[in-house]
Amino acid sequence: MSFINYASREINCKIVYYGPGLCGKTTNLQFVYQKTAPDAKGKMISLATETERTLFFDFLPLSLGEIRGFKTRFHLYTVPGQVFYDASRKLILKGVDGVVFVADSQEERIDANIESLENLRINLKEQGYDLDKLPYIVQYNKRDLPGAMSVEELHRELNPTNVPEFEACATTGEGVFETLKAVAKLILIDLKRGK
Amino acid sequence: MSNPTLVMYEEEFQEVNEVIGRLLKEANAKVIFLVDKNGQLISGVGETERFDTTSLASLTAGNIAATGGLAKLIGEKEFSILFHEGEKDNLHISIVAGRVILVVLFDNRSSLGLVRLRVKKSSEELSSIFEKLMKKSEEREKRGSSDFPFAEITDDDIDNLFS
Repeated sequence: MSFINYASREINCKIVYYGPGLCGKTTNLQFVYQKTAPDAKGKMISLATETERTLFFDFLPLSLGEIRGFKTRFHLYTVPGQVFYDASRKLILKGVDGVVFVADSQEERIDANIESLENLRINLKEQGYDLDKLPYIVQYNKRDLPGAMSVEELHRELNPTNVPEFEACATTGEGVFETLKAVAKLILIDLKRGK
Repeated sequence: MSNPTLVMYEEEFQEVNEVIGRLLKEANAKVIFLVDKNGQLISGVGETERFDTTSLASLTAGNIAATGGLAKLIGEKEFSILFHEGEKDNLHISIVAGRVILVVLFDNRSSLGLVRLRVKKSSEELSSIFEKLMKKSEEREKRGSSDFPFAEITDDDIDNLFS
């Protein structure tokens, strides 16, 4: 649910990075944070445990610039990936405008990817959303690791609806901005249609 | 979809600011914010420049969402008021009209009792403004009138944002 403020001429949208534990959601946000000019970003907030596992969410506000005199702002959130934090994940999906599913390309994580994707669908449905109708992107992360599955296999398992997909290595930043731009663009196209 | 897009128009924005501006004085508060339940800042009055308002909005919404989850677990609809007491500053957080969050920050120049009393009165005024706002949005949607700023943007406009 975007928020349009005619008084301050701003449009705010919410993007949620979803995916299994340790797939690199927080790393995606950290890279965006590091590479964004100071005037275009706010403070990044991480509610994490002492071992740096996400406990509630990470949050990063970004300004993309103006369209027709309206400032466009995107609020990036990650969810905690670990299975037992499901209650928190549901809360973060409230009011979402676009979703990035970050998949871990390693073969041993394929089951975790599938489980997380199913969990995403169920949790969205509980909030009244349909993943097939939302701006939605799949990112295959950790492409640099030796145990990475081929993109064709990952696509077959995780992207049956053929949404835009990107290969990434969030630690070096490869594919991170491509993913973000793609989801932001889909959200703006949705707004244009007046959804 | 569960929640339609929240649209804020100039007229209601001024009305909202008048109400929270008055509340700021009457409750002797330092700063007051109005935040959308999804974590977006709607407006703020008082010493707003001293705070990272965007982060504050997002964390407040997270806080309300988490306590709302707790409420449901014990069979409550929601906890409509939260109070955080600090050494110097305190936060009084309440839900208005079921969908926006009113955050009042105050120190020992005010008191919890005073804040609660004034917030209650202002909440009613804010509720009616937000109800009016929702009706306005719904009516516009029904009429299909597209004063929506994004209806006319082109693909090039969107591409330019990323160039």
